[in-house]
Amino acid sequence: MADPILDIRGLSKSFGALKATDDVSLDLRPGEIHALIGPNGAGKSTLIKQISGEIAPDAGEIRLDGRSLSGVDAAGRARLGMARSFQVSSVAAEFTVLQNVVLAAQGASGATFRFFRPVMRDSALLDPARDCIAQAGLTGRENVPAAELAHGERRKLEIAMALALRPRLFLLDEPMAGMGTEGARALGDLLDGLRHRAPILLVEHDMDAVFRLSDRVSVLVYGRVVATGTPDEIRADPEVQRVYLGEEA
Amino acid sequence: MSAAEITAAPTGRGGRMARAQIVNAALALGLIGFGVGAWAMGETFLVTLATKVAILAIAGAGLNLVLGFGGLVSFGHAAYFGLGGYTAGILAHHALNYTPMFEWPVLFEGTTSMPVIWLVAMAVGALAAAVIGALSLRTTGVYFIMITLAFGQMIFYFAISWPAYGGEDGLPIYVRNGFPGLNTLDPIQFFGLVVALLLAVLGLIAMLARSRFGLALQAARQNRQRLMAVGIRPGGVLLVAFVISGAITALAGALYADLNRFVSPSMLSWHLSGELLVFLILGGTGRLFAPLAGAGLYIALEHLLGGVSDHWQFFFGLLLLGVVLFARGGVIGFLAGGRKHG
Repeated sequence: MADPILDIRGLSKSFGALKATDDVSLDLRPGEIHALIGPNGAGKSTLIKQISGEIAPDAGEIRLDGRSLSGVDAAGRARLGMARSFQVSSVAAEFTVLQNVVLAAQGASGATFRFFRPVMRDSALLDPARDCIAQAGLTGRENVPAAELAHGERRKLEIAMALALRPRLFLLDEPMAGMGTEGARALGDLLDGLRHRAPILLVEHDMDAVFRLSDRVSVLVYGRVVATGTPDEIRADPEVQRVYLGEEA
Repeated sequence: MSAAEITAAPTGRGGRMARAQIVNAALALGLIGFGVGAWAMGETFLVTLATKVAILAIAGAGLNLVLGFGGLVSFGHAAYFGLGGYTAGILAHHALNYTPMFEWPVLFEGTTSMPVIWLVAMAVGALAAAVIGALSLRTTGVYFIMITLAFGQMIFYFAISWPAYGGEDGLPIYVRNGFPGLNTLDPIQFFGLVVALLLAVLGLIAMLARSRFGLALQAARQNRQRLMAVGIRPGGVLLVAFVISGAITALAGALYADLNRFVSPSMLSWHLSGELLVFLILGGTGRLFAPLAGAGLYIALEHLLGGVSDHWQFFFGLLLLGVVLFARGGVIGFLAGGRKHG
């Protein structure tokens, strides 16, 4: 088996008496979509934020390509290729689509303190940015301000920005949230193709999408991973049915 | 309200951009025309008034870099303005009184050369902004406003209680400092010098806004979380902007000291910090020429309304209220058309 790109061991995080993350271990291997599911309040967002570097764990370790990420902040992790999308779309609303993706390409380049040349004529950033916009299916929308995009388009913009980071892995927090059936299916097709660029850790509530797209699924309940396996194994797991899938039925 | 016009892609929004450029050109030509016209008619006082507008516009341009582009509401920019003024005053004071400023490691007797004074003033402003910025940028929102105000007040009270350079009474500059090849005491020549500096500063800010640095700075205003997520730390970007901003505002302070041939703690007072903010709100925060439009309007109203009533600031307050409520893009947003969003 190939070495995992992301390797999480014994991660724990408490807020007072609440164990939001309780001894979580999981990994993300090349080429896979690994879905993280669980009822509301299971600690999915807290886990994602520890991986992305927005909050620090109390214990445990996160490794990216074998390198420990302790002491590396969110910006540093992004530069190492951790491409994150947010539960609520997070883009620069006044910028155009192109400006947003150029910003991401600039972040990946690591060269922000340049004061003279116009950034929007810098082909070292524009060319990859246009390429990523095309891959995310936003061609023709380059000069539209992000604030004027439809919800689904803004999700695609976040994907385009993630691509511009030259990702080692995608960390996608509920990308389907708030999308209609059609939109969710189209975005699913997009994610389906992305796994070969970099593996995806996918937090998602849309169970159709999860079982259709995922190679592996981990179930988080009260901060603990209660099961990890293929979609079929998870569907058949009596513990999972009791704590999670049962609730929905 | 938006600064995104600066970095907008060259295609797609041509009409609106062209209109903003016409407004900008009209503002610049209006200032130059007013100054030259007043000079031609022998109205020396009005030339001086136009010079004052240009200097305050430079100070406002410094603030606009952090407020309009970076979204940082600094309520302490009088600190840099006053430090620039005192730099000019102190350097000239020593040179004119033949009292060396320091003798070690080399003898330094002060200077009356404007280019030297400008460079020293900008260095002092940049240094102060680096220290104040590094501490203030740990906070955001209303705390940032309050901590920048507090630093400004500290420097204000320091100036008041330091008798060596005039304390509360301020420090006169008996002869306006010199610039090679110019007679700076001739109002129109000094006006020309100040306008050239104003245009250079606005050109510098336009260049910065379009650069990679400017893109990150404007992203920091809109969404710091997103900036982090693409691998750029907002703190460093904002601090560099703050330092450049402090240097620009200090340059304006040095010019203002030379205009009045006098420096006093009032240049450091929070009233001045507030006036700079008002210029930008009036002109249209984040617009390149907002400080010129705002300072011009403010000085014109002070002059015209001040002639009618001692309580001119009451009527000015009404105007400001109107702008905030009904024309949030300020004068330039009103004339050039704002963007629908932001």
